[in-house]
Amino acid sequence: MSDLLVVEDLTVTFPTTRGPVDVVKDVCFTVGSDETVGIVGESGSGKSMTSLAIMGLLPRGAVTRGSIRLDGTELLGRGDKDMRRIRGNQVSMVFQDPLSSLNPYYTVGLQIEEVYRAHKGRSRKAARKVAIEALEQVGLPDPERRVDYYPHQFSGGQRQRVMIAMALVCSPALLIADEPTTALDVTVQAQILRLLADLRRESGTGMVFITHDLAVISSIATRVLVMCRGEQVEYGTAEQVFSDPRHDYTRMLLDSVPRIDDSPIDEVMS
Amino acid sequence: MARYVAGRFAGIVVILFLVCLFTFVIFFTLSPDPALMICGKTCTPERIDQIRGVLGLDQPYFTQFWTFLTAIFVGRDYGSGANLIHCAAPCLGYSFQTNQSVWEMVVDRLPVSATVAIGAAVLWLLIGILAGLLSAVKEGTWWDRTAMGLALGGSSIPNYVLALALQYVLVVWLQILPFPSAVSFSDGPVLWFQSYLMPWVVLATGYACLYARLTRANVIDTLAENFMRTARAKGLPPMLTMRRHALRPALTPIATIFGMDFAALLGGALITETVFGLNGVGKMAADSIAKNDQPVIMAVTLLAAFFVVVGNLVVDLVYTTLDPRVRITAK
Repeated sequence: MSDLLVVEDLTVTFPTTRGPVDVVKDVCFTVGSDETVGIVGESGSGKSMTSLAIMGLLPRGAVTRGSIRLDGTELLGRGDKDMRRIRGNQVSMVFQDPLSSLNPYYTVGLQIEEVYRAHKGRSRKAARKVAIEALEQVGLPDPERRVDYYPHQFSGGQRQRVMIAMALVCSPALLIADEPTTALDVTVQAQILRLLADLRRESGTGMVFITHDLAVISSIATRVLVMCRGEQVEYGTAEQVFSDPRHDYTRMLLDSVPRIDDSPIDEVMS
Repeated sequence: MARYVAGRFAGIVVILFLVCLFTFVIFFTLSPDPALMICGKTCTPERIDQIRGVLGLDQPYFTQFWTFLTAIFVGRDYGSGANLIHCAAPCLGYSFQTNQSVWEMVVDRLPVSATVAIGAAVLWLLIGILAGLLSAVKEGTWWDRTAMGLALGGSSIPNYVLALALQYVLVVWLQILPFPSAVSFSDGPVLWFQSYLMPWVVLATGYACLYARLTRANVIDTLAENFMRTARAKGLPPMLTMRRHALRPALTPIATIFGMDFAALLGGALITETVFGLNGVGKMAADSIAKNDQPVIMAVTLLAAFFVVVGNLVVDLVYTTLDPRVRITAK
């Protein structure tokens, strides 16, 4: 398994009125070409900023240092034009809220087609065929008809399937999933997780899976990076992190997961 | 969809009927006796009775209202015998002041108001939307601050002040424009353009400023939407991202507001037409109110109401094609 993504000493700084603030500090991790790396942490821990830094989509004013290499090529410091060729093509992203992440004014077909056409330069007709195949691949029934539906005509889980189809349509080397199941209800969460894991395995795509949910991470990731306040507090194989956490914060996180054998009354009383 | 439109049409009929009723009640029953006004200074009680008879003012209010309504669709007769005057449908009566058919007055003046409204609309849409867009894209820069400062200033200048100032500078002082008048296009396109230029600019200024601020706010909101982040994450070219993903959601609400504003203006730009002495529906409204010319007041009120309700329907129908979320529920 070769290293697809290598992140070294990644630091993201925002200028504020009280001076510069590091929202991500010295983060290092690697993602193999055929594995899932989970990034865990509570809100504000810098997980999403890390992923946006990889995409080159940080808000204006953010300063990035360190190194992000995709297949050996440095991404940091690249121009926007270069990064556009990479986004959606070599690295693509699935976001948290599928309803607001899809444009309500256009059919899902058009929104999938436009990625494909932007990067592969094919005709509308060819792109439509690919879009239908992509919808079929993510398990949407009746894709020939649904390709002309608008986002609001789908359920939450179906919308996330559409987002996944859109992210995978150019067969990217790396997929970043930023809390892809957080906005969904539990049964749908499980379906989407399985779909992501299956598709990733079939296509041999590397995946960065960002979540605050430890249960989700344990079922999908081979390696785990734990972040707290922008810093990396723990990094290792999933097994190692879950069974033998080195850092207090990780232990706290693990303890915060409610267990079925917990006695709620004792805890409240103690 | 057909059912929806039919329902809306029924609604329009009800609204127009109510507008008729209210205007009738206010202007025909609460105003001074029109017979007295028509009769003038040398008046005898017999003459007044005669006028009342001809106008049907001796009838009960309900009958008068009913005659007024039916006249619009089938016409009506004034007087009897040798003095009989037939007013063909659509009959809105005759002006108490000039004895002209009100319908003919409206038909005469509507093109002037339409010219003023259309020219101004083109100007304010172009300037307002472009300025708003640029401000949104360059948010926080000197351009944005200057444009928004000007927009705030522009929307606070009253129409008539701007009109008088422009007239003084362009007509009296620099003498580069003729005094505005309702020149028709066939009198020469250049003269026509010069005559209408100031009314257009004056009317468009307030709207352009408002639309610039609206566009800016809408575009900034849209640029912050999650789907814009998705579009960027897809690696789409910036122009496509802007045009397809940002502009359509940002400008759809503007289309709604524009439809309403424009429809209202077709009913006459009262101040602008009056200040420039353009004989449009707006000036007709102002004149008729000043002289208590009730048939004309009724007509301009109805006309304005008609344009507003029809404009509203058009806006709603256009909206269903602009916003797919509305389209589905309207079916």
